[in-house]
Parts: sequence; structure tokens; C-alpha cells
Amino acid sequence: MFITRQAEFSAGRVCRSTALSDEQNRALYGPAANPHGHGHNFVFEVTLEGEPDPDTGMVFDLKKLKEIIEREVVGPMDHRFLNQEVPPFDHVIPTTENLAREIWRRIQRHFGGGRVRLHAVRLYETGDLFVDYSGEAG
Amino acid sequence: MMRLTRRYRFSALHRLLAPHLSEGANRALYGKCSNPHGHGHDYLLEVSVRGPVDAASGRVADARALDRLVEEQVLAAFDHQDLNAAMAAVPTTENLALDIRGRLLRSWSSAFRGEWPRLDGVRLGETPRNIIEIKETP
Repeated sequence: MFITRQAEFSAGRVCRSTALSDEQNRALYGPAANPHGHGHNFVFEVTLEGEPDPDTGMVFDLKKLKEIIEREVVGPMDHRFLNQEVPPFDHVIPTTENLAREIWRRIQRHFGGGRVRLHAVRLYETGDLFVDYSGEAG
Repeated sequence: MMRLTRRYRFSALHRLLAPHLSEGANRALYGKCSNPHGHGHDYLLEVSVRGPVDAASGRVADARALDRLVEEQVLAAFDHQDLNAAMAAVPTTENLALDIRGRLLRSWSSAFRGEWPRLDGVRLGETPRNIIEIKETP
């Protein structure tokens, strides 16, 4: 059984590579490379996989999942400029792909070896563009 | 592996009519979808691509290259068109999704030159309650 919780944070970022010229960055990332940055309301979904516990009838306590999401992702990232305020984006380009992977990494460490596992992270850059990540093997 | 999905919209007219069947048999098979003068839908198309995140760019795909491919190969062919004239097969949502998949695959290498990203799937909604999905075999 899969259970999904949605959350949201708003953040600023700039997508540019220090290895490239201004012109190359603009060609690669378009307006996302604007040096002064831009922002999104990032909506994301965390999906867990497991069977309902026979005692509680729950796959996982959603209050706990909410706390994990808040502590690991929303708290550190909401209303922040990612490149300047949220490691590792001081040296990793905060593309939506890399951001999804970082959200996965932060949530994943709470689900090692238990009977519930992290199945997927879906991150919406806008309502019409999103990425799904299920780890490198997924 | 990362999956990136982009949503597109187009509007088109169609009439479900199997040419080898009588009017009565078409009416029995397709109901109001076979009304002689046709009718229209606002289609919602989701195109998903998958691949590894490129280490240099931090991206799985250039979303703008995907936009160009979909605009040139799909939206230009179907938006505000009569699907019965634009397609060889009966324009059911199933056949339209198959047609869209074929158009994307035929022109894929002109949009994406390397091994990645690959098409992961096409999801086509005729209405919000009637959705067809074709997943590619990984």
C-alpha cells in the first residue's frame, strides 16, 4: 500500500553553472539562469510504501511524517534563497531534479531498514512540470 | 533515474465512427460519441521522459527541447483540428494516445541526440475522468 503526503515551500534559486559562460548558461537554462534568481511555490509529494500495522491500522503515523517533512524540508527551505542559504546548493545547481534528489535524501534517512520504505518523491516546479524520483535504482 | 513530466493542452473535434460498421452499430458501440456532427474536448496531455541526472547541468532533460518536440509534432497536428481528418484510425482516446506516442518516438532523435532521456510514457485525458496511459518498457 502507498500513502502520500503533500507539502509546499516557496524558495528562490538561480540555475547556472560556474563552469559555463553567461551565454552558455542562458542557452542551457533559459530564464532560470538569470543571475538575480527567480522563485517558485514548490509543491512536493512524499510517498511511503508498506502494509498497515495490525495494531494501529496505519502504514505510518502521518503526524510523524508531517514532522519529518517540516523539519527536513519545509523548515530549512521555505522562503529561502536556495543557492545561498540551503546546503548543498551552494555548490550543487538547484535544478528541480537536484532538489527532488535532496528532498529524497533528507526524508530517506528516516526510513532505513524499517517495515515502511520511502517509495517516491514528486516535486512540482509548476503545475505543468514535475519530476519523480525513487532513488538511483528506481 | 529521474522522471520528468510536462503537461500540455489542446482542443479538438472528433466523432467516433468505425468505418466497417453501420450507423446503428456505431451508435450502439459508441453512444453519443458517434453523433453525426462531431463534438470536441479539451485534452490534457502529459509526456514523461526518464534518464539519469546529467552531472554537469543537474537536469534529466531540457524541458524546452521537449516543448518544441511536442509543439511541432503533436500540438501543431491536433490543436483545433478535426481528429477524424487528422488521423487514419478511429479517433478514440486510445488511438490518439498511440498516435501521439508514435509521433514523439519518430522525431525523438531530432530533439534529444544522446542515449538519454528516453520517453517514459504518455498520459492523455479526454476529460478529467477519462484518461489513457501508455507506459514504455524500461
